[in-house]
Amino acid sequence: MRNEDKISSNIDWITVGFYSLFVLLGWFNIFAVVYDPEAEATQSMFDFSMNAGKQLIWICTAVILIIMILVIDFKFYSTFAYVIYGLVILLLIVTTLIATEVNGSRSWLDIGFTRIQPAEFAKFATALALAKYMSPVNVKFERFETKLVSAFILALPCIFILLQNETGSTLVFSAFILVLYREGLSGVILLIGVMSALLLVLTLIYDKFIIVYVIGGLAFIVVLYLIQAATNSTKKRLLWRNIFVVAIVAGICSGVVFGVDFFVNKVLQEHQRNRVMVLIDQELDPKGVGYHVRQSKIAIGSGEFWGKGFLEGTQTKFDFVPEQSTDFIFCTIGEEHGWFGSTLLIGLYVAFMLRLVFLAERQKDKFARIYGYSVACLIFIHFMVNIGMTIGVFPVIGIPLPFFSYGGSSLWSFTILLFIFLKLDAHRGEVLSSL
Amino acid sequence: MNSIQRKVIQFVFIFVGLIYIGRLFVLQILDSRYKIEAEINAVEKIIEYPNRGLIYDRKGKLLVFNTPVFDITVILREFKLTDTLEFCNKFGITPDSLKGIVADIRKDRGYSRNKPMPLFKQLSTEDFGKIQNFLSDYHGLYVQARTVRSYPHKSLANALGYIGEISRTTLEKQTNNYYRQGDYIGLSGLEQYYEEVLRGQRGVRFVMKDVKGVQKGRYRAGEYDTTSVAGENLVSTIDLELQQYGELLMQGKIGSIVAIEPSTGEILAFVSAPSYDPALLSGRLYSKNYGRILMDPLKPLFNRPLMAQYPPGSIFKLAQALTGLQLGVITERTQFSCDKSLVNCHSHPSPTDLRSSIQWSCNPYYFLTFKKIINQDLSTNKYKDTEMGFDMWRPHILSMGFGSKIDVDLPNVKAGNIPSNQYYDKIYGDMRWKFSTIYSLGIGQGEISIIPIQMANFAAMIANRGYYFSPHLIRNMGKDKRILEKYTVRHQTTIHPKYFKPIVDGMEQVVLAGTAAWTRSKDSVIICGKTGTAENPHGDDHSVFIAFAPKDNPKIAIAVFVENAGFGAMTAAPIANLLIHKYLKRKPNQYMEDYIINKDLTDKYGSYKK
Repeated sequence: MRNEDKISSNIDWITVGFYSLFVLLGWFNIFAVVYDPEAEATQSMFDFSMNAGKQLIWICTAVILIIMILVIDFKFYSTFAYVIYGLVILLLIVTTLIATEVNGSRSWLDIGFTRIQPAEFAKFATALALAKYMSPVNVKFERFETKLVSAFILALPCIFILLQNETGSTLVFSAFILVLYREGLSGVILLIGVMSALLLVLTLIYDKFIIVYVIGGLAFIVVLYLIQAATNSTKKRLLWRNIFVVAIVAGICSGVVFGVDFFVNKVLQEHQRNRVMVLIDQELDPKGVGYHVRQSKIAIGSGEFWGKGFLEGTQTKFDFVPEQSTDFIFCTIGEEHGWFGSTLLIGLYVAFMLRLVFLAERQKDKFARIYGYSVACLIFIHFMVNIGMTIGVFPVIGIPLPFFSYGGSSLWSFTILLFIFLKLDAHRGEVLSSL
Repeated sequence: MNSIQRKVIQFVFIFVGLIYIGRLFVLQILDSRYKIEAEINAVEKIIEYPNRGLIYDRKGKLLVFNTPVFDITVILREFKLTDTLEFCNKFGITPDSLKGIVADIRKDRGYSRNKPMPLFKQLSTEDFGKIQNFLSDYHGLYVQARTVRSYPHKSLANALGYIGEISRTTLEKQTNNYYRQGDYIGLSGLEQYYEEVLRGQRGVRFVMKDVKGVQKGRYRAGEYDTTSVAGENLVSTIDLELQQYGELLMQGKIGSIVAIEPSTGEILAFVSAPSYDPALLSGRLYSKNYGRILMDPLKPLFNRPLMAQYPPGSIFKLAQALTGLQLGVITERTQFSCDKSLVNCHSHPSPTDLRSSIQWSCNPYYFLTFKKIINQDLSTNKYKDTEMGFDMWRPHILSMGFGSKIDVDLPNVKAGNIPSNQYYDKIYGDMRWKFSTIYSLGIGQGEISIIPIQMANFAAMIANRGYYFSPHLIRNMGKDKRILEKYTVRHQTTIHPKYFKPIVDGMEQVVLAGTAAWTRSKDSVIICGKTGTAENPHGDDHSVFIAFAPKDNPKIAIAVFVENAGFGAMTAAPIANLLIHKYLKRKPNQYMEDYIINKDLTDKYGSYKK
């Protein structure tokens, strides 16, 4: 009983408020998607044969999950982090082996009354394992060994998820790069990541040789500048070192360009390549791959400032946007609530994520902090990619909008992810006292 | 600790949020394209064509009704054909004709990939039934139901007129922006004149549809919808039975019959011969048939009662007599001898008074009467005197409905010509013309021209003894049975009613014992008529006859004009006689009927064309 009192007073109610708001708004919008003005019977958000009603069941079960998470001792999560991780990896392997193919991916596991997607649960398990590994004071990220083990912890689930043909879910793990950055990963790596992304896009648009020539040209100009600077300087020794660095950077960039070209044309499968190409030029195939993006943009764009009003959206309601309850749920917001509603929702997500960063930073325990950052960054990646693809700035990657999209696995996994952190946060003082 | 990293991460979160908000601003507010695309996607505009009003004859018989037809339109953007041959088999066309149709669509000036374009036009209910089930197999095919005009008879084509697709010029000239490309509009006859009454008000329905094209209810709860209002029915003044009898009598002849109820101006029969089957200009074969009818050398599309301008011939003597009486230059007792040195005449008792001059249609009598009208010795200058007399004459003639357009409810009416003072000045010069220049007007020849409906109106005016109602073809419109205001106005001529008695007496004698006496049989109706034989440069004289009956309280006034059919008494008079008997429910003379029906002038007309 004492424990429960503590939970209610220590838990971060602001975050709980955000969570509840997203879940409820999601439920309303799922109803808006399935709502059919022509249906003869009055439709209810509580009709369990429809997505909105089903989502209500998921929400209720999520509440049970929350209670369970909050009741379990907070030390359980750090103690059993590796066990949970191991179990999930095992589950992923099993899934990879026995799952039947659905829409080209083998990620769904039939557990009798419903289907679950173990890849969803890999997120919090990996976050726990990473946090557990890096939490001891003596583990320094600067050490190569630490980097290697961290990379291994992250890579292991990625491999199996990739094997399940769930490229989108694999991409989500890039969230941990931000977490590692917070924990001491060099900003240069982050910058290289961004640069690579930029080169990737350029490679898709322009011929690889043109880009390499431009890189070479830029490197030559920099070298000239360095020589010019060196003549006025006494440190002539440094000149050779700098030129060497420039040459290496230019070489790596060129390598990335060729690598990307090879990757896109040889490694990526046809439908993946199309999704990427369509991002660059949507008009490539308006009826095929570009259709999703185009319809999504039409739905959102037709919302204008105030939107068409709740249940008034025509594009989402009448199935013009595919996957609208799940991956394209943001279209409903865009169409029915306009720029006003969209901005409000984006603002809420950003505020929510900033709140999570704030909570993470206030942790005295490194485990809780790393885990907290993992939560914030995972949600961020989902937020960025999901909304990005609906407005045509990201390729269509089937990942859900946290708490909002229809679906049990995704709602459960995000709920577990978030509430483990809130449980840890509620007990942050005890960690200190136990030291 | 680690505050830089924390700030970078916070910055990334906020930065991405702001980028997205900005991107959404462009999508949702700056770029209006998506709103339009959304409407193309999900909102279908369905035009509801109201039923065009029906037209009945005066006894309630249907003259014009509607038959449903179906237009199949295609939105090429949505239309995908995987198996052309299968499509052609289903829709009963050949691949070549499909190619032709698509090529025509592309050539259309209003062509757009996003707009419904006509694929199959005006399929009958039967044809539509054959393909109806296949329509849902293809995206982008739409059905537009509308109606075409149908006729339970083959009569009255020129008066009824026809409807057809609105022309580009009409479309561009319209002021209230009602019509759209592809709309049907009355192009001639009553269909054109009463277009706005008949057409009703088109309705528009906006319905939402889902991605499969299935309708999902009204868009915005019908906020932008307008309901269609059916066109109003018209009740015609035409007596279909009389009309058909008239058309039968006119077979093999060129000319007109116009019969009017004198007390109302209602047109009972309106025959333009030769005519065509109105069904030919309705429906799918419109263009083909129109071209064919247009090529016919006998010009069936030429609406003769309204457009054919003829010298009136001797019927005009009645107008001269009335004018002479009104001006006081003659009285009913005035006698002239038949002086053939003045103007040619046929043999008849001489001298004649006013009544018998009508009975025998004496040319010299009217030469002299017209001379008395024109030269009243009002001026010592012969030319001036002619001009003064002429100016006194003309207003009376005009008041009888000549020289200006009869206000009938049909388009394209000609005015005919009653020459004016200025008209002769222009030809001969001011003060350069005198009676001897214009004397032939006295007997209805010369520069004068009138049209058949004016002749009928003239007969009705005499029947009424001095006034007329403008002839019209529509008795009432709509449920409230309203009538056009202008057809309730009584047009009074300048002739005093008392002057009509000798004229009407004379007309009675024409049929009893005068020029048309042969048409009279023992128990026939008393008909007051006047023959006319109009000389013309195109061939044999035109046969003209105007009449009304009975003498007192006349029920029907009629003008018959048959081109190149000789003396008025030979063709026009018996036709008028038969129609009057028919209308007054008396048995028409069988011998005369056979004679007229068998009178075929087609060969004669053919020889003129060469």
